[in-house]
Amino acid sequence: MNRRDFVGLTGLGATALLLPSLPGFGAKLVDPSRLLEPGADTILKKRLADAALNAAKSAGASYADVRIGRSLNQYVFAREKQVQNIVSTESYGVGIRVLVNGCWGFASTSVVTEASLAATARLAAEIAKADAKVQKEPVQLAAQQGYGEVTWKTPIQQSAFEVPVKQKADLLLAANAAAMDAGANYINSALFQVNEQKYFASTDGSYIDQDVHRLWPTFSVTAVDTKSGKFRSREALSAPVGLGYEYLTPSATEQVRGPQGTDTVGYKLRYDILADAALAGKQAKAKLGMKSVTPGKYDLVLDPGHLGLTIHESVGHPTELDRVLGYEANYAGTSFATLEWKAKGLPYGSKEVNIVADKLQTGSVGNVGYDDEGVKTKEWDIIKAGKLVDYQKIRDQAHIVGQKASDGCCYAQSWEDVQFQRMANISLKPGPTPLSVDEMVSKVDKGIYIAGAGSFSIDQQRFNFQFGGQLFFAIEKGKITEPLEDVAYQSNTQEFWGACQGSCDQRDYRLFGTFFDGKGQPAQVSSVSHGSATTRFNGVNVINTARKV
Amino acid sequence: MAIFSKDDAQAILKKVLSYSTADACTVGLSGRTAGNIRYARNSVSTAGAQDSVSLTVESSFGKRSGIATCNEFDDATLRRCVQRAEEIAHLAPESPEYMPPLEPQTYLSPPSSATTPLTPAGRAQAAADSMALCAAKNLAAAGFLDGGTRFTALRNSKGLEAYQQSTNTDFSVTVRTPDGRGSGYAIADVTDVAKLNTKALTQRAADKATGSLGAKAIEPGKYTVILEPAALMAGDDLSLLGGLMYSMGAREADEGRSFLTKKGGGNRKGEKLFDERINIYSDPMNAEVPGQAFDGDGLPTQRMSWVEKGVVKNLYYSRFWAQKNNVVPNAFPSGFIMAGGTQSTAELIKGTAKGILVTRLWYIREVDPQTLLYTGLTRDGTFYIENGAIKFPIKNLRFNESPIIMLNNIEAIGRPVRLAGCLVPPLKIRDFTFTSLSDAI
Repeated sequence: MNRRDFVGLTGLGATALLLPSLPGFGAKLVDPSRLLEPGADTILKKRLADAALNAAKSAGASYADVRIGRSLNQYVFAREKQVQNIVSTESYGVGIRVLVNGCWGFASTSVVTEASLAATARLAAEIAKADAKVQKEPVQLAAQQGYGEVTWKTPIQQSAFEVPVKQKADLLLAANAAAMDAGANYINSALFQVNEQKYFASTDGSYIDQDVHRLWPTFSVTAVDTKSGKFRSREALSAPVGLGYEYLTPSATEQVRGPQGTDTVGYKLRYDILADAALAGKQAKAKLGMKSVTPGKYDLVLDPGHLGLTIHESVGHPTELDRVLGYEANYAGTSFATLEWKAKGLPYGSKEVNIVADKLQTGSVGNVGYDDEGVKTKEWDIIKAGKLVDYQKIRDQAHIVGQKASDGCCYAQSWEDVQFQRMANISLKPGPTPLSVDEMVSKVDKGIYIAGAGSFSIDQQRFNFQFGGQLFFAIEKGKITEPLEDVAYQSNTQEFWGACQGSCDQRDYRLFGTFFDGKGQPAQVSSVSHGSATTRFNGVNVINTARKV
Repeated sequence: MAIFSKDDAQAILKKVLSYSTADACTVGLSGRTAGNIRYARNSVSTAGAQDSVSLTVESSFGKRSGIATCNEFDDATLRRCVQRAEEIAHLAPESPEYMPPLEPQTYLSPPSSATTPLTPAGRAQAAADSMALCAAKNLAAAGFLDGGTRFTALRNSKGLEAYQQSTNTDFSVTVRTPDGRGSGYAIADVTDVAKLNTKALTQRAADKATGSLGAKAIEPGKYTVILEPAALMAGDDLSLLGGLMYSMGAREADEGRSFLTKKGGGNRKGEKLFDERINIYSDPMNAEVPGQAFDGDGLPTQRMSWVEKGVVKNLYYSRFWAQKNNVVPNAFPSGFIMAGGTQSTAELIKGTAKGILVTRLWYIREVDPQTLLYTGLTRDGTFYIENGAIKFPIKNLRFNESPIIMLNNIEAIGRPVRLAGCLVPPLKIRDFTFTSLSDAI
């Protein structure tokens, strides 16, 4: 399977934010049974780490950290009645970062011996010394306590790697059959399973052993009308999650129905892939005959499976401090939310907007106990009652905004890549008073309900954006009237969040997420989730995307 | 030493094949020696080096296949790698789309650069040239330089044998004014590093940055645009022309899920879908954009016309889909060439009464695969043209446009330049659809 097929197969064109690389595809392919073998024990890892740290200190490092990483991945791909590919990979090695003469140096190796790690640490120090000669401002590292020897594990009930490959392939084939039986002509399905075994040690005195698990079942269903040459697709309404295989155990209590008349179902911490595939087959076919939207201003009622991507692009990225400062200027862009902009106290959104960053949320793909520079993770406010109150930052940035500690959002996609600031889970708090989706819809005079993430695009400073979706339903005088197609909305970040009228309550709260958020040169990907309840935005500009060619 | 010679690579591959007990076996060896430097705010932020080589073994028993890889080359490791591929093959389900290895093929010999890539010191100097120019002008440079040499070798149990080596260096820079009100961009990629001039490229980006100060807002709508090559092709993101070329698969069209699907069934090969001045082809022997001589299966690439005088001449056929449809398969090329004229971008501007010059597009995403409708935004230097000259900078704009429509609204085609391994001309296009304004700079 080539990269092009992979991108198309997984619907990544619609869910990846940028797709610079595919971690795991560069790793060693291994027998699936290898994924169950234990890695090196912590006694050995501590000895290796100490060899690197001591070598770094001897080479002049004022600070050093070591990441011994073992990444295990398995991807299962199926289309219609056949399994297309099963890919199992393992990657093992060490990344060492040192601070010498006020400048960072980094080097990595796949030869995991004390001698190799010491040599790699010395190489990192050499790079730091060379770069220090063209460094303008020395790095200022926020102090960080050492935690001693600690461990953390994603709270999973069953590792996806323990489930036989055949069982997983059969589940995808069953989902494919459900979609085809419901009227689809084609379906591509995939199951991504990730286990990151991370051992972090630093000269601060931390020895942190973490076992991180992530899972993402997904599919893309297509219905074709051969006579007219028209085709329409519907993507899965699952989310990438920081859970084990239990996510694929259906549970009625973890399902949330959309407003009446939409026949939509959202999922919390348990996903019913068979039911979603059947519904997708039916809905993809129905899309072939839907009414094209009339452009204009509408009140939008946005499902969490849709709104998460809007949060990601319009709040998550602009509040990353490295972007604010200009470090992504040549690639992913900068931010409108500069330090000067924030100092003016300008509103980011309405008073209904309360957004938190966190790495703690159970079920989220960004959930870890400690980040990749040894900082214990936490939850903190980004937007309170519509005002930007803080950024996302790491240890060498805290002083720039007058703070003394990192937020714990440093991450590297593998042991061989240098860690840098990545987005924490950024989530919109649910409304404080009881409100169901039906009740929210009942108060909308002219609107559109949107479920699922579709096409997405935002400018390099995060002002102007355009988003599509999977399913669109017209709302007239408090009632869902009919499904629509060709819908996309355009807005400006501040105008959009300023038009926020509030969210449904905690009962409706769900996660959206991505495995492939891209940033940096050379580019790296990271996983991140975004929670919200269904939320209303008034007077948003909707365009009709239908064209003739 | 990640770059193996042809003889060394084939010797390893022969040895690996000798360990195989499978019905069929294909082995590949590839490696890269490369380095990069990244800077922002006129200071180096990261620098790195890559020296890697990897062996891939694909073993098949009947229609069951397994793949394994390794990056050590002692006999014991090579044997284990073959055994693992065979174990995985036994575990794998039968593939109804399995294709046996190819018989020996004849390959072209694309031209390769005689120069060697930059050393770490050379990369640091190239970045320093860029930063110094900006620091002297009180501008901020953010750039990335990445380059090296790679090789690929293939061999299979039917006697197929292939080898190729190539070098490439990519550079891009964004220059911003200190007040954040101006931004400019320049990009280049070369096979011969002697042709890379980071100072000149940075000067171009700096001129755009200072020239874009005080941008005015104009009403969204349909405008004549001049799209510079960087606005048509990008190496690190989706692009208008790249998106079009990646959508030319025969299978998707035949299955009814492509813009090339024909009403009533089949595909639109042979139909005139674009302006008759549009000619797009691939040619691995082109001296400016030498291509890969073979694909992952060992299928040879050759000069191939994709669009000729606006007519869709060929679609991409994988080996499986070609066999199913009784046609000849074709390897997907490593780059393509859009034929053009002799005018530079500056000359296209001179011939424009009213229009918009676009330096670069950003965050392009497909809105509708049926019509290949894309959305995205202008970035890092957008200017209004009047009476053959740039009149004033304008605020950035969001577009909603399809390359199918765009390539029917051609006013002029400029001289192609190398970008992202392709040759792409600047295009002058009428009625390009902008749908909203952006405050981004």
